[in-house]
Amino acid sequence: MTILVLAEHDNASLKSSTGHAIAAAARLGGDIHVLVAGHDAQGAAQAAAQFEGVAKVLLADAAHLAAPTADNAASTALSLLPGAYTHVVAAATGFGKSIIPRIAAKLDVAQVSEVTAIEAPDTFVRPIYAGNAFATVQSKDPIKVLTVRTTAFDSPKTGGSGAIETIEAAADSGLSRVTGAELTKSERPELTSARVVISGGRGLGSSENFKLLEALADKLQAAIGASRAAVDAGYVPNDYQVGQTGKIVAPDLYIAVGISGAIQHLAGMKDSKVIVAINKDPEAPIFQIADYGLVGDLFALVPEFTAELG
Amino acid sequence: MKILIPIKRVVDYNVKVRVKSDGSGVDTTNVKMSMNPFDEIAVEEAVRLKEKGVATEIVAVSCGVAACQETLRTALALGADRAILIETDVELQPLAVAKLLAALAAEEKPELMILGKQAIDDDANQTGQMLAALLDWPQAAFASKVDIAAGVATVKREVDGGTETVEMKLPAIVTTDLRLNEPRYATLPNIMKAKKKPLTTTTPAALNVDVAPRLTTLKVVEPPKRKGGGKVADVKELVAKLRTEAKVIT
Ligand SMILES: Cc1cc2nc3c(=O)[nH]c(=O)nc-3n(C[C@H](O)[C@H](O)[C@H](O)COP(=O)(O)OP(=O)(O)OC[C@H]3O[C@@H](n4cnc5c(N)ncnc54)[C@H](O)[C@@H]3O)c2cc1C
Ligand SMILES: Nc1ncnc2c1ncn2[C@@H]1O[C@H](COP(=O)(O)O)[C@@H](O)[C@H]1O
Repeated sequence: MTILVLAEHDNASLKSSTGHAIAAAARLGGDIHVLVAGHDAQGAAQAAAQFEGVAKVLLADAAHLAAPTADNAASTALSLLPGAYTHVVAAATGFGKSIIPRIAAKLDVAQVSEVTAIEAPDTFVRPIYAGNAFATVQSKDPIKVLTVRTTAFDSPKTGGSGAIETIEAAADSGLSRVTGAELTKSERPELTSARVVISGGRGLGSSENFKLLEALADKLQAAIGASRAAVDAGYVPNDYQVGQTGKIVAPDLYIAVGISGAIQHLAGMKDSKVIVAINKDPEAPIFQIADYGLVGDLFALVPEFTAELG
Repeated sequence: MKILIPIKRVVDYNVKVRVKSDGSGVDTTNVKMSMNPFDEIAVEEAVRLKEKGVATEIVAVSCGVAACQETLRTALALGADRAILIETDVELQPLAVAKLLAALAAEEKPELMILGKQAIDDDANQTGQMLAALLDWPQAAFASKVDIAAGVATVKREVDGGTETVEMKLPAIVTTDLRLNEPRYATLPNIMKAKKKPLTTTTPAALNVDVAPRLTTLKVVEPPKRKGGGKVADVKELVAKLRTEAKVIT
C-alpha cells in the first residue's frame, strides 16, 4: 500500500492541515508520499519531509501552480495516478474539498468526505446530516480517495527525513486562473488549530461589539469564530464561520457568546473538550451541550469575564 | 446563455433526523422534504442572471425518485423555465449524479451549471467538482459573487483564509456558498404558473449511465451524546471551575 497525500501550503510554508492528513494516512498503514505542487515551494517540501512516516516528497514546480486553480492542481496529482497508489488523501479544508472530488471523478472512483475514523484500509467513518449520524462506509474501488477531518487526527511528530524528489508539473489547462485573493489578516491563532476558540453570534449585534470578544481572546490567546448569522450580518469575515457548512473546530475550550445553538452550528464545535455558553435566554439549545452555562447579558458578562482573568 | 441548475430533494434543514434502531440508516419516513438550501441559492442566482439579461433559459434538473418532481415544481415557481427529472429508485451517490449531469450536459449544452456546494443530507461536497472534472470544465466552488461578461465568469469564492477571485472561460461550473444571495420566496401566482411549465422525465438507462453505488454503508449510528446542561451562577464561579475543575485555563 502506498498513499499519496496532497499538501496544502502557500509555497513558503506548509499549512497545519497537511500534518493532519499525513496522520490519517499513517492510520491506513503503508508508505506515505506527499505531493507538493507549487512554485518555489522548496520550503513547503522541506517541512513535509520532516513529518515522521513520510517516505518521499514529490515536488512539482511551475509558475501556474503558484496559486493554482482546482483543475491545474488536480491534473498534477492525476499525472501520478493511478500509478502505484492505493489511496489519495487530503484534509477536508477548502483546498481538499475543491481538488479531491476532481481526482476521484477522473479515476472513476467514489470519494469519501470528512473521514473521522479509519476502521480498515477500505472502511471509513464519516458524519452525515450535520453530524447527527455517523456512517461506516466501505469502498470496493481500486483506489480510495478521501478527505479527512483535521480535528479527528493529531499531527505526527516531526524529525523525520523523507527524500525530496522533483517531478514534472502537468501543463496549464488555461481554462481558468486565480486573479486575486483577499485574505483576512490576523495576529491570532488559526481557528482550526487554536487551543481556545471564542465565537460570537447574532447576540453581539454589531461588528464593533466583537471587540468585546477580542479583549477576552487576548487574555486567553484564543482564536475568534462566529455563527452563520454573525457572518451573514457582516459582523466578521466569512472565514470565521463555524459549523456544518463552515469550519470544524475541536479546541480544549470553546466559548459560545450570544449563539443560540442551531444544529448547523453545533455540527462544527460539539467535539470541543470543554464548552462554555453565555446567553441571556436560559432555554437556548446551546446550554444543552455546554459544560458551563452562564445565563445573562453578554454585554455585562464578557467584560467581567475578561477582568476576572486579571 | 442557457443555465442548468441541478437540485437535490433533501430532508428539510429544520428536521432533526433520527437514526434507525437497526443501524441501517436514518429514518426519513413522514419527514418534511425540501430543496437543498444551497440549491435555492443556485436557482436564485440563475434567476438574477436572467433578470439582468445575461441568461436566456434556466433548466432545473433533479436526479432521484418520482417525488423529486415536487422539488422541481418549486424551482419552476422560483423562476426556472423548464425542468428535467432523471428518475431512478437507486440510491444515488455523488459520482453517479455527476455522471448523469455530465450526460445531460452533453445533450443540453448549457454554458453554465450552478450547483449547491453541499447537500445537507450526505454532506458530501463533491458533485459540482466531480462534474467539472468529467466535463473538463473549470470550476469555482463556494461562490459568494458571480459576474458574467463576454464568455468569462468572474467568481469570488470563499476560501479558508478569506476570499479568492477566479476567472473562468465558459462553459463552467459554479457551486454556491451561503453569502451568494438571499433566495426569494415563491409567490402564489408563480406557484400556479409553475404547474403549466414543462417538466420532462428521463432515466439513467436512457442517458447510458451506470448509477450502481460504489460505497456500501455498513452501519449508521448516533454520535456519542454530550453530557451538557451544567450551569454556573456567575463569572467568578465560571473562571474558578475552568481553572480547577476543567483545567483548561491557568
Ligand atoms: C444550509 C444551512 C447551513 C448553515 N450552516 C451554518 C453553519 O455552518 N454555522 C452556523 O453557525 N449556522 C449555520 N446555519 C444557520 C443556523 O441554522 C442558525 O440560523 C445560526 O447558527 C444562528 O446563529 P446565532 O445563534 O448567532 O443566531 P440566533 O439563533 O439568532 O441566536 C442569537 C442568540 O443570542 C442571544 N442573545 C441576544 N442578545 C444577547 C445578549 N445581550 N446577551 C446574551 N445573549 C444574547 C439570544 O438569546 C439567542 O440565543 C446554516 C443554516 C442553513 C439553512
Ligand atoms: N440527486 C441529485 N439531483 C440533482 N442534483 C444533485 C443531486 N445530488 C447532488 N446534487 C447537486 O450537487 C450539489 C452538492 O451535493 P453533494 O456533492 O452531494 O454534497 C447539490 O447542492 C446539488 O446541486
